[in-house]
Amino acid sequence: MTDATTSSAASSSARAAILSRLRAAGGGGPLPPLDVTVLERRQWPARERMERLRKGMEAVHTEFLEATPGNWTAVARAFCDREGLKNLLYGPGSEAGARLAADWAADRGAGQGAGGTQLMPYDRPVEAFKDELFNGVDAGFTGTVGGVAETGGLLLMPDAAEPRLMSLVPPIHLALLRASTIQDSFWSAVKALGWGRRLPPNALMISGPSKTADIEQTLAYGVHGPKRLIVILVDDLELA
Amino acid sequence: MHAELEVHFRDSAAKALLDPQLRANFRRAMDGLMAKRKAQFPDPADLQDLRDLSTAIRSRSLLNLPDLLEQFEANCTKNGIRVHWAETCEEANELILGILQSKGAKTLVKGKSMVSEEMHLNAFLEQHGIEALESDLGEYIIQLDGETPSHIIMPAIHKNKDQIARQFSQKIKDAKYTEDVDELTAMARKVLRQKFLDADAGLSGVNFAVAETGTLCLVENEGNGRMSTHVPPLHIAVMGLEKVVARLEDVAPLYAILTRSATGQAVSTYFNLITGPRGTGEKDGPQDVHLVILDNGRSRIYADPQLRATLRCIRCGACMNHCPVYTRVGGHAYEAVYPGPIGKILTPQMEGVGVRHDLIHGSSLCGACGEVCPVEIPIPEILVRLRREATHTDAGSQVAGKGTGRTRTEDWAWRLWAGLLKRPRLYRLAAWFATRFGKALPAGAPLIQNWTRTRTKPVPARRSLQERMRSEAQSGGTRHD
Repeated sequence: MTDATTSSAASSSARAAILSRLRAAGGGGPLPPLDVTVLERRQWPARERMERLRKGMEAVHTEFLEATPGNWTAVARAFCDREGLKNLLYGPGSEAGARLAADWAADRGAGQGAGGTQLMPYDRPVEAFKDELFNGVDAGFTGTVGGVAETGGLLLMPDAAEPRLMSLVPPIHLALLRASTIQDSFWSAVKALGWGRRLPPNALMISGPSKTADIEQTLAYGVHGPKRLIVILVDDLELA
Repeated sequence: MHAELEVHFRDSAAKALLDPQLRANFRRAMDGLMAKRKAQFPDPADLQDLRDLSTAIRSRSLLNLPDLLEQFEANCTKNGIRVHWAETCEEANELILGILQSKGAKTLVKGKSMVSEEMHLNAFLEQHGIEALESDLGEYIIQLDGETPSHIIMPAIHKNKDQIARQFSQKIKDAKYTEDVDELTAMARKVLRQKFLDADAGLSGVNFAVAETGTLCLVENEGNGRMSTHVPPLHIAVMGLEKVVARLEDVAPLYAILTRSATGQAVSTYFNLITGPRGTGEKDGPQDVHLVILDNGRSRIYADPQLRATLRCIRCGACMNHCPVYTRVGGHAYEAVYPGPIGKILTPQMEGVGVRHDLIHGSSLCGACGEVCPVEIPIPEILVRLRREATHTDAGSQVAGKGTGRTRTEDWAWRLWAGLLKRPRLYRLAAWFATRFGKALPAGAPLIQNWTRTRTKPVPARRSLQERMRSEAQSGGTRHD
């Protein structure tokens, strides 16, 4: 590993030289104050937050399914059947994923919806099924940790139970959002979720299906990521 | 020092002006972008508040830059991100090659990164047998034709649909000719998804680097950035050293003003926060994440209190979208990685004010760039400062190539002028000749033709001001109000 050693020696001498030049330039001095009133102004009551989020995301082609805390798994299932999806990738270890699987199994036990969309667990390292993930999955289902009212957006924290690629590789992304978790703005969400103190290896905001305007500024959806983003919006505001 | 200067921008701008297709493509695109940005900022007071806050955040970041970089590096390392430093583009290229070779990587799929353009990374890797494929749709389009980006946000903005349709039908295997944007996009999707699946490594830039958490923030619409950073087993990120900010909550307003200023979007499709490689128990994400922090002249720019503002830039491209020069000549005329107003102040500071002197002069100083800049970089003032630096060797200045923009002709012209002004008799004599015979000077004479090529030749007054005042004083002081 001579190469690595040489490059790390070069890197640390570059580091020392760069930092010493920056320090010699003299930083310090009084820091300009930060006036965040422009951010604090962005506040809405809970129901308005829900409507704002929906309006913002619909403007960029996100589709919404209305649901209640009691029926969202059935709403998800009805969507999958309606679209004729072959399968739905889910995280069996996540709370939302486990609930989805349990309700679907119960339905099936009760004789409803035999056949139809199969649930497919994301339960092994991606290396074991990369080809299948890219070419054999119709849709992915994930939960969210919140939403952003100001611009419209879902907040996700992928982890072992709900891996990163579930919301990216399948052509349809189905996401569960509870209205009570919608924050005013990305700024207030960062504070409310404590993201500034600790972040997992990956966290993200998603506002719609993948899109591009690189050809003549003409919007085209579904360029690399999902072609459709479906939000199952659970109205739990009366309960909160 | 007195070598005749190379000219890039002036000649290629003249050529671009004669290309009606190119001008139409840019005109349409820039008009659209300006209108979209305007629609995002309906309240001027709100916009000004957001600009003030964003400017303050970037200024604070720069004031604390060395400390923040150290804090950022320590947190990245704690999170499992391997941090490397490079003084030059050559060093950065070698570092990346070393990382790829140590993993036996042969294919690299890239998200959009202007720093990697600055490094000419693709060409370097190809020389070493590594395929570097651009995956941002615009970057992919121009890579197929071996071109460089003509805009920092929309790299293929100089091309229209018909040109892309022809190109795809010729260069993509089994592609049929179509001018339908959805079908063209689907073609690229098909090719690139296979590339994401097969790539040994992914590369990305960094929009914001967060010191308090050790996080890399990526802003994008297409999902190719997420694909490049989450699908391959190795992720390498490159960033200029100015990108760091103190806190994640500081990123929120910068992100808000970035997408609105750039493309007139309230929010991008994805805002991706990467704080480490695949964690314990995680089933996907890269096993290794490396970060290369590049200087390439930035620490020298940092040393100058006025020029330091250049480093506040968040690369939104609003300055080029609103620039009357850029709109007419397009991005390629600048023959620089960063075109437009920000490029006019950044490129000469990186490559030398002498070699790129025509960039600093290629501006009408109309001020539109400074007016729309979300972090209030005084681009026109910096241009004026760099014009001075190009021809002077002020002792305190650290500007790259200071004084090297002074030509022999300019030098003689100033000497002649100084000589005349010091000798009143000679001056009067010269003025007498100029007023009597200046008209006879042919428009095509050397030096004069630089002016007359596109303008009519000025005709000197028949008598100089001094002469008139003297004769009027003698004849009893007629006043002209």
